[in-house]
Amino acid sequence: MRTLVNQLRRTVARLTPARTVLVAMLLGPTAGAFLAYGALAAQEPNEVVIDNFTFGPKDLTIPVGTTVKWVNHDDIPHTVVETSTSRAFRSKALDTDDSYSFTFASAGTFSYFCSLHPQMTGKIVVK
Amino acid sequence: MAKSGADDQAKGLGRREVLECMVWAGTGVLWTVSGGVPHSIGLIGEAAAAEATTGFTFLQMSDSHIGFDKKANPDALGTLREAVAKVKAMPTKPSFIIHTGDITHLSKPSEFDDSDKVFGETGVQMHWVPGEHDLIDEDRGKAYLDRYGKGSQGAGWYSYDDRGVHFIGLVNVVDLKAGGLGNLGAEQLAWLEADLKDRSNSTPIVVFSHIPLYVLYKEWGWGTEDGQRALDLLKRFGSVTVLNGHIHQLAQKVEGHMTFHTALSTAFPQPAPGSAPSPGPMVVPADQLRSKLGLSTVTVMQGNKPLAIIDKTLT
Repeated sequence: MRTLVNQLRRTVARLTPARTVLVAMLLGPTAGAFLAYGALAAQEPNEVVIDNFTFGPKDLTIPVGTTVKWVNHDDIPHTVVETSTSRAFRSKALDTDDSYSFTFASAGTFSYFCSLHPQMTGKIVVK
Repeated sequence: MAKSGADDQAKGLGRREVLECMVWAGTGVLWTVSGGVPHSIGLIGEAAAAEATTGFTFLQMSDSHIGFDKKANPDALGTLREAVAKVKAMPTKPSFIIHTGDITHLSKPSEFDDSDKVFGETGVQMHWVPGEHDLIDEDRGKAYLDRYGKGSQGAGWYSYDDRGVHFIGLVNVVDLKAGGLGNLGAEQLAWLEADLKDRSNSTPIVVFSHIPLYVLYKEWGWGTEDGQRALDLLKRFGSVTVLNGHIHQLAQKVEGHMTFHTALSTAFPQPAPGSAPSPGPMVVPADQLRSKLGLSTVTVMQGNKPLAIIDKTLT
């Protein structure tokens, strides 16, 4: 089952949860259950997936002390770099399926971008 | 063109040279751009005949992505070797090769080693500028500069002269700003201004960088934030040719005396602007891959033709 779920991950990661549920309903109980599980397994609560040169979710709100994990699913390397000059966090280049984690120890709004493809931006709000 | 011939003479452009670009793809079929009315140069033999009249030909190669092994091309080093084999087989040896960046995929020492080895086989002098993929080592650019940055300024920019043409290599992949495009920066622009200051308007200019200097497609970051400032500094020259890479497809435009050209990759194609959800490696049927890859031959011609470029796509 895990293998099948992994195969479905990329497809499902592109769908919103609501669409995934709709697709699951249309597909019927068995396949639908796989897909619904896939949707849950695809993205953990504090995970940001990089797909098609986009951070998803683009904006994420988390409590203080949370660790956020970014995973690159593109065939091109990306980075995760905090926007301010102090660079609160900066990953190395993440190749395909590489990940980077950062623990947010204090409250605030952290804008970030990919320093290789700066049109890619995202935001972490720590409350 | 708004300018009259008399104005050109007044500006000392009468003896300007015309650059003629000929793009030759991996299939060996010629894609051609030339001065004046649309016409096709034809096959490689004719191109060789054309260059024989001038004796000055150089190549543009780009986006080799050495180390790339994903679905869009499991062997990017292999297709680069094929391109290099074409260079070695050219009847007239090019004067040099300009590489417009993304030499490597991940800036790994082994990838730069392969670059040294494979490009070294051409026996032709190389002039490099980095792409964003060449500056992602731990030290963010040291690996590139140690290999290919000798004699350059700042992040790796430089200029040189060859047979009356002034060549300028710019770096627009450093210190990019969130939400922005490629970036030259104040220091490099000041250097460029000083570099051009004492040159006459009739000096033919070839300027090359990785990301297109003009904004080709903002949504995908295909442009340079402060590129127009560089182009403004180049406006007074009678012949300016801008060579870029990054987008892995041919794009051409002419504005006044300026000709813009982006080269094919030797590694993988990318989608046309806006034709896919995002840029990135585009998977095409294996038997079509080589028709999407290639390199460019640029011939500097003496003459008094107006500078205009017409493109002809591959068939």
